[in-house]
Amino acid sequence: MKKSVFFGALTVAGLVAGAAAAGTVDDIKARGKLNCGVTTGLVGFAAPDANGEWNGFDVGVCRAVAAAVLGDPKAVEFVPTTGKTRFTALASGEIDMLARNTTWTFSRDVDLKFEFVGVNYYDGQGFMVPKELGVSSAKELDGATVCIQTGTTTELNLADFFRSNNISYEPVPIETNAEAQQQYLAGACDVYTTDASGLAATRATFENPGDHVLLPEIISKEPLGPLVRHGDNEWGDVVRWTLNALIAAEELGVTSANISEMSMGTDNPEINRMLGSEGNLGEQLGLSADWAKNAIMAGGNYGELFEKNIGESTPIGLARGLNAQWTNGGLIYSPPFR
Amino acid sequence: MTTLTDPPKESFRLSMLIYDTRYRSLTIQAVAMLGFMLLAAWLINNTIVNLATLGKPIDLGFLGEPASYDINQRLLDYNSRDTHLRAAFIGLINTIVVAVLGCITATIIGVLVGVLRLSKNWLVAKIMTVYVEVFRNVPVLLWIVLAMAILIESLPAPRDFRGENPEATLSFFDTVAITNRGVYIPEPLFSNSLGNIHLFGDSSLRFDVSLDLVAILIVLAASIFAIRKVTARAARIQAATGVRPKTWHVNLAIFFVPMIALLTLLGFHLGYPALKGFNFQGGTHMRNSLIALWLALSLYTAAFIAEIVRGGILAISHGQTEAAGALGLRPGKTMRLVILPQALRVIIPPMISNYLNLTKNSSLAIAVGYMDITGTLGGITMNQTGRELEGVLLLMACYLLISLSISAVMNWYNKRVALVER
Repeated sequence: MKKSVFFGALTVAGLVAGAAAAGTVDDIKARGKLNCGVTTGLVGFAAPDANGEWNGFDVGVCRAVAAAVLGDPKAVEFVPTTGKTRFTALASGEIDMLARNTTWTFSRDVDLKFEFVGVNYYDGQGFMVPKELGVSSAKELDGATVCIQTGTTTELNLADFFRSNNISYEPVPIETNAEAQQQYLAGACDVYTTDASGLAATRATFENPGDHVLLPEIISKEPLGPLVRHGDNEWGDVVRWTLNALIAAEELGVTSANISEMSMGTDNPEINRMLGSEGNLGEQLGLSADWAKNAIMAGGNYGELFEKNIGESTPIGLARGLNAQWTNGGLIYSPPFR
Repeated sequence: MTTLTDPPKESFRLSMLIYDTRYRSLTIQAVAMLGFMLLAAWLINNTIVNLATLGKPIDLGFLGEPASYDINQRLLDYNSRDTHLRAAFIGLINTIVVAVLGCITATIIGVLVGVLRLSKNWLVAKIMTVYVEVFRNVPVLLWIVLAMAILIESLPAPRDFRGENPEATLSFFDTVAITNRGVYIPEPLFSNSLGNIHLFGDSSLRFDVSLDLVAILIVLAASIFAIRKVTARAARIQAATGVRPKTWHVNLAIFFVPMIALLTLLGFHLGYPALKGFNFQGGTHMRNSLIALWLALSLYTAAFIAEIVRGGILAISHGQTEAAGALGLRPGKTMRLVILPQALRVIIPPMISNYLNLTKNSSLAIAVGYMDITGTLGGITMNQTGRELEGVLLLMACYLLISLSISAVMNWYNKRVALVER
């Protein structure tokens, strides 16, 4: 009887999201591994390479957090989630954080009880069509068949966009990016719509990327960022400031190349505070003093992560645009380390 | 002298609850029941308390919010401004559509395959064996995905129908468009339509019934009723005089004349699909997702039904076949008139569970993007509102309701064909 009560309790605790489970940082340290939710595969953002190693821009955030908490960027268990399963996985405690190009919206933040710790990519929803269709604007898509990943904000934006422009369309709901790609390439849908970055990443994997165009309309604001559950603010702070450390590092000129040298101490007190040679920021977070150094060493600062995974030198070829540092006219901005 | 004494009056003692075999089982049951109820109460209470601490108390209010997403296959009117409840209802209808279509097709294929598997023709029997073994031993999800992949990859896209020398053309005398987005078949249209009746006003469960369809069904029922009367009369005359009057021409007339008259009155004509813009317009669009799901579920379940049918037939003793043969019945008639009616009694009970399985398996629809109730209520709605517990409970209630309805109908039918024992 006792046992069944115990297992019953486990089941329910699992069901209702381990509401009382505080101390995520301790859990991760005890486990020795960070459980990080990512996409099922979107080249550039999160995808396993030929050796099964996960790589990408979102993966970089996971690795940085793992390095900050555990000192080891490899101590991450990547949990692939679909647009539909991601929130349940996070709410139930299956994953500690979600870095899966997830749009920060009011209802997700407030109603779904999540905490977005920041924005690592400012995106917007776009459309991709085959060049041969001769479409030059999304407003010409009346009657088109549109492939769309189900369970995403894009689904809602799409409905709103077509409704407000009073044109009709046929949605084809799809679970994963790979399936969408298959249907789109086979011509089972005329248009594929998702975040513009995702479109660029998907197009880069096509045999003939030049045969497909992204339409000029960006129909929504999609601030993408990592998120955690409500209820453990300490853990939220760790993820938030790890992301901020990556961003601040780029702004302050700290790169993976010069960080060993800089962490010895520099003339800039903010760098010193961040890298732990001055003050006790790490201690305040409940981490070691070199937490930010580890995080930045994991994959480089924000700019390095961007260039390596989705930047203009990669097949995905995204320009910094809105995602440039605020000093360069972009929106990427970290609060001060003070 | 003996005195008769009353048997000692047994007084009830508490210890008898344990030591007296008459009461012991009751005691154990009561304790087990109490324990079970405590456990259930504790689980429910724990869930509610934990949900409350999480700030998500159980609340069905989300069903009244606008759904904000579109559904491609909708048999009733729906747009993205309708409520989540309406979206769930549309999904429920889609589930029922694929379940009904699947059950019918699976039964037809299953009975055919089951009978053919007993064929004396070696090749036919072996082919059917291979079919049954291949289909029932591979998970149905794989069949669904395979069917979808074949439809998408092998059929022409609508744009292949375009141009001077198109790569693809319409089939069946230019009436049916088979594309990798689905099959467009001619749709029945009525130029003097009677319109629709709107049931349930403006609520989320509003339901339009086409009066044209109702009229056609009424005429059809009346015709069939009249034909049965004519046939019964012929049988009476035959019983009295030994001569059966010719009825087929009367029956044909009764069946076709009123129907043709009604269709002419309604201005019946067919609407053909035509390429317009990105897609075919006009005609009834049977989406790939529906076809793939329907096909895979039917073929998969048919393999099980075939085995049930075969078992049912084998359960009828061979003497019956020999007796029918002795009476001069041909093998086909023997099967139809002697064996199958008796086999039905064995076949129907396991058939019910296969229908239930098919219905429940239809929840795999999301694999091909078919918007059934799992896709709407259990998918997008749950995802956008974050009401997992409520959503899943409602979903379970819906499936329970569908399954119990199927059982009820099938059990009623089973009672009708069951052997009446005296």
